[in-house]
Amino acid sequence: MKLSGHRNHAHYWAFVLHRVSGLLLAIFLPAHFYVLGLAIQGEAAMDGFIRWTDAPLVKAAEVILIILLAAHLTGGLRLMALEFFGSRESSKTAVAIGAGISLAVGLAFLINVV
Amino acid sequence: MSNARVETKLWVWQRLSAAVLAVCVVVHLIVIVYAVQDGLSAAEIIGRVSGNFLWLAFYSIFVTAIAVHAPIGVRTILKEMTDISPKATHMIMATFSLVILAMGFRAVIGLFTASVGA
Repeated sequence: MKLSGHRNHAHYWAFVLHRVSGLLLAIFLPAHFYVLGLAIQGEAAMDGFIRWTDAPLVKAAEVILIILLAAHLTGGLRLMALEFFGSRESSKTAVAIGAGISLAVGLAFLINVV
Repeated sequence: MSNARVETKLWVWQRLSAAVLAVCVVVHLIVIVYAVQDGLSAAEIIGRVSGNFLWLAFYSIFVTAIAVHAPIGVRTILKEMTDISPKATHMIMATFSLVILAMGFRAVIGLFTASVGA
């Protein structure tokens, strides 16, 4: 695929990923808190939901969420480093390192959860 | 307060909360990967958090930082990518923050006071 202009740029895609991951994490938060809040009703209520998360599709969604969280973390650190230290020289490398760390965290979760 | 001052304050609050969240998320990711090793269960989660003041403090800080950070981010996206009025984006931001605080602390206190086997 050939892209032209600003879209053919690691920083542009890092920006898109940071936005999309942030938005998806924000949407996920109330559901996450709701499930953890089931503890009020007792262990059985919470376990009932956790059993549902054993489904392969839910596990796959969890792996994606973990990668999105790690990507938002590394993307945010990169963004703050740019804002506060202003160095752009190695920022393309920082995008690659962030992506690598995010995938590694997702893989670590996948290996442990399966 | 002028628009520029509001924007600056929100920018500062989002960066301050991001710095706190950077630490919290690293701890959270380590805990997640560790906790799922033998399969996740309510007993494991409740057993770890229940009655533990250190986890209570950690998750209280975590939820508070999220309640600051996420709504400001959502507002920025709405402001830059939709035609929603500035007043409405502020209302959405404030409401979302309150929802996160209410649901987050309900979960944190629920886990802290829960007992395994209940």
